[in-house]
Amino acid sequence: MDYAISGSIYTVLVFVIFIGIVLWAYSKKSKASFDEAEKLIFDDEPQQNKQESKVDE
Amino acid sequence: MSEAIQVHPEYNYKVVRQFAVMTVIWGIVGMSVGVLIAAQLYWPALNFDTPWLTFSRLRPLHTNAVIFAFGGSALFATSFYVVQRTSNVRLFSDKLASFTFWGWQLVIILTAITLPMGLTSTKEYGEMEWPIDILITIVWLAYLINFFGTMVIRKVSHIYVANWFFGAFIITVAVLHIANSMAIPVSLTKSYSIYAGAVDAMIQWWYGHNAVGFFLTAGFLGMMYYFVPKQAGRPVYSYRLSVVHFWALISLYIWAGPHHLHYTALPDWTQSLGMAMSIILFVPSWGGMINGIMTLSGAWHKLRTDPILRFLVVSLSFYGMSTFEGPMMAIKTVNALSHYTDWTIGHVHSGALGWVAMVSIGSIYHLIPILFDKPRMYSIKLINVHFWLATVGVVLYIVAMWMSGVLQGLMWRAINADGTLTYSFVESLEASKPFYLVRFFGGVLVVAGMLIMAYNVYRTIKSDSEELAIEPEVQPA
Repeated sequence: MDYAISGSIYTVLVFVIFIGIVLWAYSKKSKASFDEAEKLIFDDEPQQNKQESKVDE
Repeated sequence: MSEAIQVHPEYNYKVVRQFAVMTVIWGIVGMSVGVLIAAQLYWPALNFDTPWLTFSRLRPLHTNAVIFAFGGSALFATSFYVVQRTSNVRLFSDKLASFTFWGWQLVIILTAITLPMGLTSTKEYGEMEWPIDILITIVWLAYLINFFGTMVIRKVSHIYVANWFFGAFIITVAVLHIANSMAIPVSLTKSYSIYAGAVDAMIQWWYGHNAVGFFLTAGFLGMMYYFVPKQAGRPVYSYRLSVVHFWALISLYIWAGPHHLHYTALPDWTQSLGMAMSIILFVPSWGGMINGIMTLSGAWHKLRTDPILRFLVVSLSFYGMSTFEGPMMAIKTVNALSHYTDWTIGHVHSGALGWVAMVSIGSIYHLIPILFDKPRMYSIKLINVHFWLATVGVVLYIVAMWMSGVLQGLMWRAINADGTLTYSFVESLEASKPFYLVRFFGGVLVVAGMLIMAYNVYRTIKSDSEELAIEPEVQPA
C-alpha cells in the first residue's frame, strides 16, 4: 500500500473517530458522569478554599 | 480560609513543595539570563569579550532554563499535586518522586554548565549533549511511571480532564525527546544527529513545535483545568467542551511543525500541510481558552478582589491572543513577512510570558499556602503588584517586538526600481535598536515581579499561621 492510500485511510479513520468522540461527549448518556467529574475537584474542601476576601462589594 | 489550614498527611506534598519553590527560583534565573541577553542586543559590550557570556551561548541557556527549569518545575509541581488530589490517593512512589526532583535539578545544573562552555548538539530547545539527553530520558520515565501509576491506583472512578492533559504531555514529550535526540556519540561531549538535511530540519521542528504544543500547551492546559475552576470556586464552564478540546488539540498539534520551515528545502506539500494544520489548530485552542474564561461567568466580580484569579484569567487572554497570532503567522504569505524577524520573538514571548508564565505563577500562588499549611499568601497586595509588573512588562515586550519585527520584514523586502535592495541589513538593525531598549525594560519589569514573588513566597513560608489568619486586605484592581 503506498503512502497516498494509507494516508487517506488514516485521515478518514481519524475524522470518523473524532466525530464519534464529539457525539459521545455531547450524548445524554455522558452527561451524568461529566457532571460528577467536574465537581470532583471540590470534593476535598468542606467549605471554601479561597485566598481572596469574602467581601463582595 | 478554612480549607487551606487542613493538612492531608496522605498526600506526598514534599515533592510538590520542592518543585513549587524551584519554579520561582529557576524563573528568576532563566528570566534574568533573558534580560542579560536582551541588554546585550542593545549594549553589545555586555558580553565582556568572554566566550561564555556571548549571546550565542547564553540564548540556548535562557530558552532551556525558562522552558525546562521554570516551566518544567511548574509542571512537575502542579501535575504531582493535581493527580494526587483528583485521584484521592498518595503518589504511586515517593522514591521515584524524589528521584524525579533531584534528577531534574541535576539535568538543569549540567545544562547550565555545558551550554555556556559551548558544548551543544545545536538542536533548538534541546541543545544538551547526549549524556544529558540520556539522563533526561531516565528522569522522564520515572515521572511517567509515577504519574500513571498514581492514576492506576486512584480511589475515584473518574480521571479528571486535567490529568488527561498532563498525561498526554508526559507521553508525547517522552516520544519527542527520544526521537529528536537520536545521535551518534563520538566522545563524551560531542555527538552527531542521525538525521541529515531536510529530514533533520523537519525532525527538529516536529520536536520544536510540539515542545510548544505539548510541553508549553497541553501541560499548562492541565494546570488551567484544575486551578482556574478551583480558584474561581466553580466547576469548569463545559466539561463536554473540555473533552472535545483535549482530543482535537492532541490530534492536531503534532502536524503543525512544518510552519517553521516555510520557503525552505522542505517539500512544498509538507509546508502547505503544516500551514493548513496550523490554521485548523486555532479552533481547539480557542475552544479551550473560551472554556477557561467562561468558567468565571457569574463570578466576574472575584477578579476585582483576587489577584491570583487575575493572573489565571489574563494568562488565558494571552493564550487566546497568541493562538490567534500563531495560525496567522503560519500562513505562508504572512510568514514571508514575519519569519526571521523579531515578530517571531514577540509571538513566542506573548505565549511564554503571557500564557505559560502567568498561569504557572497563578497556580503557584494558589499552591504555596496549601503546601506550607498557611491560611493565605503573606501579602495579597504584593501579588497584585506582581500582577501589574508582569502584565505591563509583557505588553511592553511584545509590542516592541511586533513593531521591530514588522519594520524589519518591510525593510528586508523593500526593493528599488532596478531590483536592488533598498536597505542594508545594518540599516534595519539601527531601526530596531530603540525597540530593543523597550524590550529590555519590559523584561526588567517581569524579573522584578518574580523577585517580589520570591520575597512573598519566602515570607509566607516563614510566617506563623495565626498572623496570616486575620482577614486579608481587600485588593481592588
